[in-house]
Amino acid sequence: MDFEELYQQVIIDHSKRPRNCRPMADASGQAEGYNPLCGDRITCFIKCEDDVVVDMSFQGSGCAISTAAASLLSEAVKGKRRAEVQQLLRTFHALVTGTPGTSAEIESLGKLAAFRGVAEFPTRVKCATLALHTMQAALEGRPEEITTE
Amino acid sequence: MTPRKPPAVPGRKVRPGTEEPRPDAFDVERVRAEFPVLGRTVYGKPLVYLDSAATAQKPRAVIDALARFYLEDNANIHRGVHYLSERATTAYEGCRDQVRAFLGARETCEIVFTHGTTESINLVASAWGRQNLGPGDEVLITGLEHHSNIVPWQLVCEATGATLKVVPITDAGEVRLKDFEQGLTARTRLVAVSHMSNALGTINPVREMTALAHARGVPILVDGAQAVAHLPVDVAALGCDFYAFSAHKIYGPTGIGVLYGRRDRLEAMSPYQGGGDMIESVTFARTTYAPLPGKFEAGTPNISGAIGLGEALRFVARIGLEAIARHEAELLEYATREVAAIDGVRLVGTAPHKAGILSFVLAGVHPHDIGTILDLEGVAIRVGHHCAQPIMDRFGLAATARASFAVYNTREDVDALVRAIHKVKEVFK
Ligand SMILES: Cc1ncc(COP(=O)(O)O)c(C=O)c1O
Repeated sequence: MDFEELYQQVIIDHSKRPRNCRPMADASGQAEGYNPLCGDRITCFIKCEDDVVVDMSFQGSGCAISTAAASLLSEAVKGKRRAEVQQLLRTFHALVTGTPGTSAEIESLGKLAAFRGVAEFPTRVKCATLALHTMQAALEGRPEEITTE
Repeated sequence: MTPRKPPAVPGRKVRPGTEEPRPDAFDVERVRAEFPVLGRTVYGKPLVYLDSAATAQKPRAVIDALARFYLEDNANIHRGVHYLSERATTAYEGCRDQVRAFLGARETCEIVFTHGTTESINLVASAWGRQNLGPGDEVLITGLEHHSNIVPWQLVCEATGATLKVVPITDAGEVRLKDFEQGLTARTRLVAVSHMSNALGTINPVREMTALAHARGVPILVDGAQAVAHLPVDVAALGCDFYAFSAHKIYGPTGIGVLYGRRDRLEAMSPYQGGGDMIESVTFARTTYAPLPGKFEAGTPNISGAIGLGEALRFVARIGLEAIARHEAELLEYATREVAAIDGVRLVGTAPHKAGILSFVLAGVHPHDIGTILDLEGVAIRVGHHCAQPIMDRFGLAATARASFAVYNTREDVDALVRAIHKVKEVFK
């Protein structure tokens, strides 16, 4: 295992220059996430119009894996229908927990496929899933704090 | 093991053939050869183990002693008349006396075997705390404590109405004696302090703290989980009332630890747990308790663990804690200089009096990413809050990276650490 497999260029890039890293005043939903293992915190904001996620953003501090996951996920979900977003989040979860599914499914993840190396690092899986779980909660309108434990 | 490059500083011994070491001199390569796990590789790279503050590796003598007990002597203690039971009892009680000598305690009955530091502290919090604490009373700890020297006191404070007070720490990560003295009030009933911080390496002036506490008639518990592997401890000279440590941080097995308690303190305390072995006689009307230390050792103890601890203490005595401390101090000084010189590194915990631990952060890189990349280079460190979240909060951090040193570490290990940190910087450049 080499660190280039885990820290793909796109992950490094998004960890250093996270996209959609901002609060959202007119969010239609938001949720807090916490990883007690490392103390990382994240707040996810979501804005839906009808059935479509028109905007998603986040704030917080975390490691490269968790920051890049939040950044890339926020990009990936924009413009998608809720059901499509749920499907995307499920596919991403399967990828980082080591059950990646078909190549078509992996392809559907686009840039998020860069996280495939994470599954090899059990201690880092929760870094990759923190934003995912928090986004799910925001999407489903569950405001209570999500923890990775 | 993979050949290592010679030490960077000229004039230092160690390479066989380059210089003849004195027979009694500390020889780190000879020490390393006693630790089988240090010969292995991870991800195809030689293991560089810099996480001994979490748990130390075990010398072959300890591993063999555990195996030998189960292969040749296994039996329960204190209950059999048969040969093996007597052997096991003798070995177990012999280890207790070794611990007494190691800590400089006066009496063997002052040594209680527990599961580890955590249980030792909980024992005092329960057995002493519930008897002696009440509303308005204060327990004084410092801002340097491990969660296991915080939470048991919170629990007993909650149960008794007492208050937990915390002596603040400085930017260097030290407790100033005048702040400590200020924390002692007319209502302080107990002081609980770490001898050495696991997150920062700071060594607390526990002798002075003990004197200050005793001057006000306040007993003191010292958490020695980190200290025992790095500095000679003498509880009689310290004068402390309780001293706790874990075997696994001093080259012994997990699951066994020690509570030293001054005889009069232990005698005045009620039992911690009830069960077999801790009684003198039991009827449904009334039970009388065994004399010390049995009163505090309910149930079948970790017999092989005690034997492993005894073997670990023999290992430490053979090398000598003075020699270990000297070796580690040199390493820490070298590591501090080398790591601090890396652009973007900030050391956390810079007390002048510290040992064995280098905590740091790197600008723009989360400690977890440092930990993973170092791991892939074969360098094992700890990242996170180190079970000391209040210390992290004090420095406004969620986590740090922590390299910790033991008797078997070398300058080459430090060089590998430095190279790996440069790798991290390359990845995140
Ligand atoms: C200072 C300190 N106190 C207490 C403990 C708890 O020790 P154990 O987990 O062995 O009970 C540790 C271990 O990390 C420690 O470093």
